[in-house]
Amino acid sequence: MFTIQGQALISGNAQGEIIFTDEPLSFWGGYSAREGKIIDTHHALYGVKVAGKIFVLPGARGSSTGSGILLEALRSGVAPAALILKQRDAILALGAVVGRELYGQSISLTLVTDADFEKLRGAKFARVHDAGVIEYQE
Amino acid sequence: MYLTKRDEQFLNGAFGLAPQMAMNILTQLGDVLGADEMMDVEQAHVDGCIYESQAHLDFAEKLAALGGHVILPTTLNATSLDLHHPDAWGYSAQWKTQAQRMANAYLAMGCTPTWTCAPYQTEFVPKFGQQIAWAESNAIVYANSVIGARTNRYGDFTDICAALTGRVPKYGLHLAENRRGQILFELKNIPAALFDDDAFYPVLGHYIGKATGDKIPVIDGLPRDVSPDALKALGAAAASSGAVAMFHAVGITPEARTLEQAFGGNAYARVKITLRELNDARAELSSADGAQLDAVVLGSPHFSLQECLTLAEIIRGKRVHSAVEFIVTTNRLVTAALRARGVLQTLTDAGVRVCEDTCILLSPMLRPEIRVLMTNSAKYAYYTPNLLERRVAFGSLRDCVASAAQGSVMREESIWKSAAEN
Repeated sequence: MFTIQGQALISGNAQGEIIFTDEPLSFWGGYSAREGKIIDTHHALYGVKVAGKIFVLPGARGSSTGSGILLEALRSGVAPAALILKQRDAILALGAVVGRELYGQSISLTLVTDADFEKLRGAKFARVHDAGVIEYQE
Repeated sequence: MYLTKRDEQFLNGAFGLAPQMAMNILTQLGDVLGADEMMDVEQAHVDGCIYESQAHLDFAEKLAALGGHVILPTTLNATSLDLHHPDAWGYSAQWKTQAQRMANAYLAMGCTPTWTCAPYQTEFVPKFGQQIAWAESNAIVYANSVIGARTNRYGDFTDICAALTGRVPKYGLHLAENRRGQILFELKNIPAALFDDDAFYPVLGHYIGKATGDKIPVIDGLPRDVSPDALKALGAAAASSGAVAMFHAVGITPEARTLEQAFGGNAYARVKITLRELNDARAELSSADGAQLDAVVLGSPHFSLQECLTLAEIIRGKRVHSAVEFIVTTNRLVTAALRARGVLQTLTDAGVRVCEDTCILLSPMLRPEIRVLMTNSAKYAYYTPNLLERRVAFGSLRDCVASAAQGSVMREESIWKSAAEN
């Protein structure tokens, strides 16, 4: 196991298989809150199931409705297990915050540096701890 | 983040459970954004009233059930139902129920039933420099750019939280230093006739939205007397194809009286826009190729009174072809004004159906047989293929009316060619 110290934007504990992309994703029109998979036909991860996984992505893009899609995915139980980002992403953070307020269900958001983000490319498995510590296996 | 005594009182529930939840959400978001403190806003525009999912409805009904009541003048965006004519558009019973519950939750919280995505064309126009919390991408770009009010891109959940507390995290476009231009778009050798064509502005906005990335664009070369509706179409297009929350138009918008003021000392790159770029952008807005036409849909953002009057002038004495549906999406303030002037009848007589409170992107109102629609809205043209799985022919208002009368797509191409080509 290797260890990265990230910054916990929204803290939480999770573990799972890593799904990595260096392409931002608009959750609105890009993430299915019914099936927990990527439905943006232009995205490299099109068709990949992300529910329950540690999703590593630069950040969200596009409509602010992405917050609601993440919230709906939390409600339906098909959200990722954790998000690891390299941008302070207000859209995803908001979905996570409201998830905690409304359903008592949240998802952790951990901010990492560009260099640490690159280390997660090709990593297989990660454990995210609530102080922003990420343990991962290649 | 630094919190005032009053912010703390919100968090402690001193003002009630709904404002407490709202302040909880806003301060957590402020922490994520790295804001140092919260700040006051004086007006809100809420688009959370759109029925997007069960989670959105749960959120609204929770705040309403907790007794939430807005403390700012708060307008409501277009919603997911023609509330005055719910049975006119073939909505399912379930859709009508859910969308009506959504509307009821926001009305219960004291929001004003404007039901429009163009709140800047109601009486609730913010002032220059005023701090506001607006949602809906086209309204945000219009408020920041054309009015010079200050808002970030609010949306899902944050809009009503701001309305319930009057507070937002202090960052982004609320601060003067973040509002200066970052990239210059210069219009070069554009035929003068094109500046008088309504289709020019959405095409320009579509191009700029894609080309500007995350930078605030400055546009130089627009005519000084450009209309508010043209700027509305430009901004809406740029906010659809890109994440544009603000633009400057030199000599036109209030924070860009000069090029120097627009950039405020920022270094910037220059991009030239010629007919070639515009024609490419214009072609991208059309996803339909043949002459087939099933519907004309106008009004994203909601058609203004002036746009409706112009349409009435053009369509007077013509008749929409029996195989074509002609829909204008607008708000109830505009229809009331049209009715008072007798113009609603002119439109109806020509075969135009006027829809209030909603639009084709927000509610399932198009008959399934409609496969190809024509519009002069870049926003409709951008979102329709993916969201509605229909194809679009983009054209000017005159093109739309002529095509509707003829029953097939036709466009006046000559103004999109240079003098040499004509």
